Amino acid sequence: MPLRQYQPTATMIKILKYSFYDLMRSRWSYVYFLFYLLLGFVLLFLNNELSKAVITLMNVIIILVPLIGTIFGVMYFYNSKEFTELLLAQPIKRSSIFLGQYFGVAGSLTLSLVLGLGIPFTLYGLFQSNAIWDFSLLLITGAFLTLIFTAVAFNIALSNENKIKGFGYAVLAWLFLAVIYDGLFLMSLIVFEEYPLDNLSLIATMFNPIDLSRTLILLKLDISALLGYTGAIFKQFFGTNMGLFMSIFMLFLWTVIPVWRLAYVAKRKDF
Amino acid sequence: MGRIRVLFCFLLLLFANHLRAGTITVCGSCEVKTIKEGVALAADFDTLLIKKGTYKEFNIQITKPLTIIGENYPVIDGEDQGEIITIVSDNVTIDGLFIINVGTSYTADYAAIRVVQSENFLIQNVVLEKLFFGIYLEKSKNGRVYHNKIIGDAVDEYNSGNGIQLWYSQNIVVERNIVQHVRDGIYLEFSDNITIENNISSDNLRYGLHFMFSNDDIYKDNTFENNGAGVAVMFSKRIKMLGNTFKKNWGTTSFGVLLKEINDAEITGNTFEENTVGISIEGSNRINYSKNNFIKNGWAIKVRGACYSNTFIHNNFMYNSFDLAYNSNLNDNIFDENYWSDYTGYDLDRNGTGDIPYRPVKLFSYIVNRTPETIILLRSLFMDIIDFSEKVSPVFTPDELVDAKPLMKKIK
Repeated sequence: MPLRQYQPTATMIKILKYSFYDLMRSRWSYVYFLFYLLLGFVLLFLNNELSKAVITLMNVIIILVPLIGTIFGVMYFYNSKEFTELLLAQPIKRSSIFLGQYFGVAGSLTLSLVLGLGIPFTLYGLFQSNAIWDFSLLLITGAFLTLIFTAVAFNIALSNENKIKGFGYAVLAWLFLAVIYDGLFLMSLIVFEEYPLDNLSLIATMFNPIDLSRTLILLKLDISALLGYTGAIFKQFFGTNMGLFMSIFMLFLWTVIPVWRLAYVAKRKDF
Repeated sequence: MGRIRVLFCFLLLLFANHLRAGTITVCGSCEVKTIKEGVALAADFDTLLIKKGTYKEFNIQITKPLTIIGENYPVIDGEDQGEIITIVSDNVTIDGLFIINVGTSYTADYAAIRVVQSENFLIQNVVLEKLFFGIYLEKSKNGRVYHNKIIGDAVDEYNSGNGIQLWYSQNIVVERNIVQHVRDGIYLEFSDNITIENNISSDNLRYGLHFMFSNDDIYKDNTFENNGAGVAVMFSKRIKMLGNTFKKNWGTTSFGVLLKEINDAEITGNTFEENTVGISIEGSNRINYSKNNFIKNGWAIKVRGACYSNTFIHNNFMYNSFDLAYNSNLNDNIFDENYWSDYTGYDLDRNGTGDIPYRPVKLFSYIVNRTPETIILLRSLFMDIIDFSEKVSPVFTPDELVDAKPLMKKIK
């Protein structure tokens, strides 16, 4: 009988599955799923109107989803450290171990989000409403944000042996991107208001995944206000499909780069 | 009173027709082959029946009271030579013509149908295409422009004309017309006591409706959609705007309605939907806004200053990016019992109005006014935080600008 050949992708998927079921067993996935389910129903019950619920949901998605992704990612990484070390002793590619774990966590979080929000909205007649595009865009952005912030959290945890420190940095990273960045951004816009700023503001948006997601949703919800600004670059960005494609492309880059760094650092790290 | 007079004149006209019953038929194979000939042959109060066909004519002067009726939309092709029909007599009716290719000029305002210093006219069921100016009423009175369709092909403002233009005219009803792709859909200058009703003005280069120095006019139940800059109402008094719809006017200088130097107007029951600015107000006083719906606009209302004693009561403000923008710290306008979808207060005594007042001006709208690029931070958490702090203790926004009794449910 020939030796069974070692297949990196198959191993990765096996680890992915393991992480995924591990989260299911520890019930965190269910908690997260139920939270979104409840949120969806409460929102729709209180608002009675799909389009307003979508606006409230946007606020939740761009703040809460990154926070949960970050905290979950860090927690999971530190918690499964012993298991990781056990796997490291096996003849398995390092990238398979870490990517498998990462996709397990991120995948389970994304699934909870999509199902948790999708079910109540579908029951409330989403498919008959014209808010369906806004809503699917929300879910896509939410999925991207989960992937991005879980990856960032894994990176931080990988680079910090100290749990407290790693946890602190991760929360700080979220706080920076969710709030502080926009504050600095606003300040710089006001300080340099005499200069043409439309390019700068678009570029600054690209460097923050939360702002990027927000812009993507604004394109759908507030396009009439965005087009009120006099500026050719803004007009080109928001008035055509360029804004949509650019934002999605940048979100994609934001996902790929941390994941790549995760694999890169894990390969070289001395455990 | 004006309408009764118009009606009376029409009856008179009808009566006169019956008395004479002179009908001249114009067609390609008839005795009378052109409309000009027909007009020359006709006696006062005759009817000119124009059969289906193409008539290459322009500068048709109608100098006597006639009824001109087209059968199955005969085409009058002006071949871009100049003006097509000019009415210089009272009691003229034009019905059912298809007029194309009006000449374009930079010195004269050629129109498809022009009415000059005449009374009691009726222009109805006319279709105009490839035009410069459409229906041009000049110093005329007591007329009616009814159920016409004007489809232009305007590209630039400088070499295009207006769909329906009223200049120094009085007591005229403009009803059920469709105007598209011209410079200004309907334009009024120095025209008083005009009623504009049930028209649809869309995709025009500049304004759907443009008012200048015209007093005591009513416009109601019209739809203005996707025009270059919406509807402009300027330097006029005692205007009534009732039940109109203003939709999808997007762009940097675009708005649903621009009010500039308007006094004592009434704006009731209108819907403003998805405009960059719903109403932009400048130097307008004593205007009553009630029962309007502001839905999904960038700014529902933008107040640019010098606006005093306006009242906003029983309006719905729903899902606008900004409900109100104000560029000064002074406020003399009243906001009361409106429904604001952004209101987060509660109603413990269950009287239908919120227990804490609503502040429609956000700090962010003040910041965007100052630095327009900051619009990109719309709906960010940081903005919500500073908006909240401003709400708690207003510093930059007008302190007394509040709706003390915000409604909990929207007005039907």
